[in-house]
Amino acid sequence: MIKSALTKTTIYFLLSVGAILMLLPFVWMLSTSLKAPNEVMTMPPVWIPSELNWSNFTEALSVAPFDTYFMNSVVVTVLSTIGELITTILAAYAFARINFYGKEVIFAVLLGTMMVPGEVLLIPNFVTLSNLGWIDTYQALIVPWIASVFAIFLLRQFFLGIPKELSFAAKVDGCSEFRFLWYVMVPLAKPALITVALLKVINSWNAFLWPLIVTNSQELRTLPVGLSAFTTEAGVKYELLMAASSMVVLPMIILFFIMQKHIIAGVSRTGLKG
Amino acid sequence: MMSEPTWKSTFKAFLYLLPALLILIIFNIYPIIKSFLMSFYIDFDYFNNVVYERGVRNFIHLFQDPNFIKATLNTFIFVVGVVPISIILSLTIALFLNSKIKFLGFFRTIYFLPFVTSVVAVAIVWSWIFHSDYGLLNYFLGWFGIDPINWLTDPTYAMPALIILSIWKGLGFNIIIFLAGLQNINQQYYLAAQVDGASAWRRFTNMTLPLLSPTMFFVSIISIINGFKVFDEIFALFNGKPGPANSTLTVVYYVYQKFYEEYEFSLAAAAAFVLFIIVFIFTLVQLIIGKKFVHYD
Repeated sequence: MIKSALTKTTIYFLLSVGAILMLLPFVWMLSTSLKAPNEVMTMPPVWIPSELNWSNFTEALSVAPFDTYFMNSVVVTVLSTIGELITTILAAYAFARINFYGKEVIFAVLLGTMMVPGEVLLIPNFVTLSNLGWIDTYQALIVPWIASVFAIFLLRQFFLGIPKELSFAAKVDGCSEFRFLWYVMVPLAKPALITVALLKVINSWNAFLWPLIVTNSQELRTLPVGLSAFTTEAGVKYELLMAASSMVVLPMIILFFIMQKHIIAGVSRTGLKG
Repeated sequence: MMSEPTWKSTFKAFLYLLPALLILIIFNIYPIIKSFLMSFYIDFDYFNNVVYERGVRNFIHLFQDPNFIKATLNTFIFVVGVVPISIILSLTIALFLNSKIKFLGFFRTIYFLPFVTSVVAVAIVWSWIFHSDYGLLNYFLGWFGIDPINWLTDPTYAMPALIILSIWKGLGFNIIIFLAGLQNINQQYYLAAQVDGASAWRRFTNMTLPLLSPTMFFVSIISIINGFKVFDEIFALFNGKPGPANSTLTVVYYVYQKFYEEYEFSLAAAAAFVLFIIVFIFTLVQLIIGKKFVHYD
């Protein structure tokens, strides 16, 4: 008993040390973001600012238009998530419930594309967008991302698990197939849809390389791109840099705290890495 | 409803598939083919879509370019630096979390937190932690009598700095997958082993590890593949440069340089194709070895 109590204590100790190391960068970010400039570059470091200097946030906003970046990120994230949900629901229904010529072939080709790293698509997609005249537009940030093979696959699996008898019953009652999809299948598939939507929101909010490449003007930058440009604009003012980083990080941390059960369940069920 | 396919049902299915297929064909399938073709372009005019000459010269050029060789080597070093440590750490933490402790949810939340945050933002935070004069890391190292290290400006330490950041960022994901794997193991095996008097260490090596091997394998392959695609971390950590003296130049960074900074589209496409081949080989290994050697319950 004594031995197992000892191991338990060791486990708690090691887990706590690990947890502190995981949290430290966030704590340090928030602490720096609230410091007066003279407390930033000190040795030994000041852990708790002597007074909370909220003006760092307003100053960061005056150096770079983080309010615009924020709105851009919100618009891009919301629209690409809604778009992906719609295309996914429709396509997953076809794969799960309709028998048609070429079904296996199309499905196999789509799954095959999942093996190709996204970086391979970068150059041709850039050329396509410039031919469409879409470089430096909202469409460029949203449209290429409103369909996902992974999401279709996930939702199809879920749809397959919904009893077929339901659709027979609906048919007998004179419900059209489309109405059946929206009013019966979609509500039943809510857990899978929440997973798809949350992972999409996280990926879309944090996306960097694509928005970096397809935007030129400041007005169209999303938060990560704006933040990356800000490192040059803010110079060595770490209190401003940390305030700006907090603005990028905090919305997702808040979302995570609210929806963490769904996010963790989604990741452990699907093994998807952003 | 799931009757034999007819032309009518095919037409209906394509109406449902249309929005998704349209996007996927234009932005997923076409670019895969195009990227492959592009890597063989030698003389061309992109925006008018005319190709005057094709050949394998891009690939020859790549393998003669010291920067590309360096990028490939760096990428391998990065993967070798991140994956084993990350797997050992995350497996250990997952085992701890799985040992019927209190506050499981609390710990899991904290370890997972970096996963949901922007790579760019946390890399900028880490660049502050790595600061040579006022950074937290050098401050802590000072406790052990270690002199300040120029993490981000010394070519020797740039790669270790990148590896530390990447392990921290990816740990939570691996822990969650390992926890799911551990929770799938049938508890009766353990009861049986305990009745037979197997020690904790023997239970771990002879039962947990073999039963966890599919998860272990999955996590390794995903980590390796993601390791080969590293880019955002580097860009943000070194302020838009691939580290001091190209010390953290990786394959994706090389693609970015050729494509976006030097407008060498076909060379960039060829480099991206090499990346695809590397990733593809690991995916195949996963499918083949996975079936042969991994113990599935």
